[in-house]
Amino acid sequence: MTMAPKREAYDVVVVGAGPAGLAAAATSAEAGLLTLLLDENIGPGGQVYRAIASTPVTERNQLGADYWVGADLVQALRTSDAEIIQRATVWSLDRNLEIAVSVGGASAFVKARRVILATGALERPFPIPGWTLPGVMTAGAAQTMLKSSALVPDGRTVIAGQGPLLWLLAAQILRLGGRIDRILDTTERGNYFAALPHVFAFLTSPYFAKGLAMMREVRAKVQVVSGVTELAASGDGQLASVNYVAGGKRETTPADLLLLHQGVVPNVNLAMAAGIEHRWDDLQLCWSPVLDASGNSSVAGIAIAGDGAGIGGAGAAVVRGRIAARAAVEALAPAVAAKLTPMAALRADLAKAERGRIFLDTLFRPAPQFRIPSGDTIVCRCEEVTAKDILDAVAIGATGPNQLKAYRRTGMGPCQGRLCGLTVTELMAQARAKSPQEIGYYRLRAPVKPITLAELAAVPKTEADVKAVVRG
Amino acid sequence: MTRHVDAIVVGGGIHGCSTALHLCLAGLKPVLIEKDYAGRHASGVNAGGVRQLARHIPEIPLSIRSMGIWEKITDLLDDDCSFESHGQVLVAENEDELAACRARVAELNALGFVHEELIDATELRRLVPAVADTCPGGVVSRRDGAANPAQATTAFRRKAEQLGATVHEGTAATNIRHSDGIWHVDVGAQSYTAPVLVNAAGAWAGTIAAALGEPVPVETVAPMLMITSRVPHFIDPVVILRGRKLSFKQFKNGTVLIGGGHLATPYQDRNETVLDWKSLATSARTVFELFPVMRDATIMRAWAGIEAKTKDDLPVFGPSARHRGLYHQFGFSLHGFQLGPGAGAVMAELIVNGGTQTRIGDLSIDRFHSPTL
Repeated sequence: MTMAPKREAYDVVVVGAGPAGLAAAATSAEAGLLTLLLDENIGPGGQVYRAIASTPVTERNQLGADYWVGADLVQALRTSDAEIIQRATVWSLDRNLEIAVSVGGASAFVKARRVILATGALERPFPIPGWTLPGVMTAGAAQTMLKSSALVPDGRTVIAGQGPLLWLLAAQILRLGGRIDRILDTTERGNYFAALPHVFAFLTSPYFAKGLAMMREVRAKVQVVSGVTELAASGDGQLASVNYVAGGKRETTPADLLLLHQGVVPNVNLAMAAGIEHRWDDLQLCWSPVLDASGNSSVAGIAIAGDGAGIGGAGAAVVRGRIAARAAVEALAPAVAAKLTPMAALRADLAKAERGRIFLDTLFRPAPQFRIPSGDTIVCRCEEVTAKDILDAVAIGATGPNQLKAYRRTGMGPCQGRLCGLTVTELMAQARAKSPQEIGYYRLRAPVKPITLAELAAVPKTEADVKAVVRG
Repeated sequence: MTRHVDAIVVGGGIHGCSTALHLCLAGLKPVLIEKDYAGRHASGVNAGGVRQLARHIPEIPLSIRSMGIWEKITDLLDDDCSFESHGQVLVAENEDELAACRARVAELNALGFVHEELIDATELRRLVPAVADTCPGGVVSRRDGAANPAQATTAFRRKAEQLGATVHEGTAATNIRHSDGIWHVDVGAQSYTAPVLVNAAGAWAGTIAAALGEPVPVETVAPMLMITSRVPHFIDPVVILRGRKLSFKQFKNGTVLIGGGHLATPYQDRNETVLDWKSLATSARTVFELFPVMRDATIMRAWAGIEAKTKDDLPVFGPSARHRGLYHQFGFSLHGFQLGPGAGAVMAELIVNGGTQTRIGDLSIDRFHSPTL
């Protein structure tokens, strides 16, 4: 079922059907605004509610109660008048709110009066020696397979890293009968003390009880090694073993699969390509868009909700989606806005949903050695550029990620910096003794996801094409 | 704090960097002032064409001068700038266009220029096997080629600095003024003075010239480019079309650069451009028709660089018509990259020797101010 947008113009276009996008589109459509929701996946849900309408996993407790919240959001949206297009890849957005979207191999352009970006998060790069070996993948990729196809690992499996998603994934794999041989926890010991001042907020947050129960559940079944300070994958053309240091002791464990995870970061590509201002977030160690309290960005008419606005989790994403949509309704149909949940109530909901976040961010702040690699460790997978290559380029004059492109082509491959951008910024910042904010990020450009030349060539002609254009 | 130097060059594109380098080679100590970083705009993000082919006649001598430098670029910069010479080919898509090519080559030959050579369908097919069968011939300039623009501009900047130029990046030159034969420029809290000022500020140069009483008809434009994923090697020379806006080049790594001068909307004050995808689609259609091998390639990225275009598409190059010690080097109108090395060499000759053997008279700023206009 691949359909192009029915209209050329909408009041509100929402990009992404995760928690924020689902909530935003429903709020906007319920208020009577012409609403289009564009989502890249085959069904709604984003990452956290992936395959919510189609998952083969029917035993509800295997994926957890939080997962099934997504079903209600989808239901609310489907009863609204919002137009929803799945497998729709938005590949361009500019400050004139012109959107280019690819659906079923054909591209269309739509114009919006308001855009709400809900493009969510990406897993933070985890550049350790050997991370490009077959057999090493991200926890998120494993979770995608689990949710959409009920596939779980059955070979010798090691999970390494830190963060709430790591424990959630481990619990889900175990509940579905999958195999985990060892968990290597890279949380820095010092983080426990740093997080202590925020512990009260966390204890009273929705995360606490669930998180604790999940960790207990996993620890009962799997050997967990804490305080891992070094990590490497090795093998000849295929992962064979994982080497690590914990408590000063070096260990090697054989493995067929290594799942890496050290948290998620905002997926900034579309927002940055649209020219939206971002700033370096020193706590979450990533780029976050500069937003006002309603999620409005530096580009007039574009708001950002959900984890793309700064990592806040699914609960916060839903509220941020509602806030951004309410702001759009206030701007486009003020009379209707009065009938919606008051902004003050939404902001109170958000404060509640965000409770405990600082504790998690502080506790699970990844250690420098797992963010800033050295030597022959690959940073840019597309162009196979190592940490040493980048330092060499800095030595002969590359001052930031954009200059580095000229020397090493980093960020110019198919991933458009998604797998190397943060590493490059932090590596160059360290090498040049500057802050990441001063070093900056790649200037990102459309198409945010590649499109074929044939697809672009098939875009409907314009008046300008008809005019004879003669080279001077 | 004020520092006196031999020359102030405003603008860190390939032109400003090349001029700074050549001034150093002549024994001067210039300062180069760039508001962003060297190569941030058109110089760093253009198609990298090193082209004598299909140039306006008044700039051909400068282009030929430049070509000689490009061919020995490693000797000059200790950096090969990824320069490759596989020729540039102008493709005629029909007999009318081929007739125009024939006339053009004859005109050049009559003027004593021999770098452009008329080719028939057989030679065209030999040089560009992938081109559509219907094309009857074209023109080749065999010494032409391409370089990596950001690498080249950066290499000029680096070499200039090594040879004694002061490079001041990240702050704009402001308050440009002159008194008693000395130019003064502020760069943040720092000031520079010098007997010579070179205006090589690209899209920002028109404003500087106007403020100094020499307005020229110049606009800011942002030509768009796009690059594809890697495809198997199928073409060596750079290809441009006679009748349609297209330039086309495959890099060693297999990626293909598609350009040709369709324009984005520049937002100069924000250093930003908004792409026009419907125009880029026109380029995609042209490639689709001419190079069937490209149809399944994917477009990875598109962009545009901000630069200056004059009313007659010729650069403003040479001494000011109004002020002693002021030199202009801007308005290269979408084809300035190849000229950079030669223009810097000639500019240094103008500044140091007061003249040059290279014919540049038709590029002077006074063509816009002659009383007959």
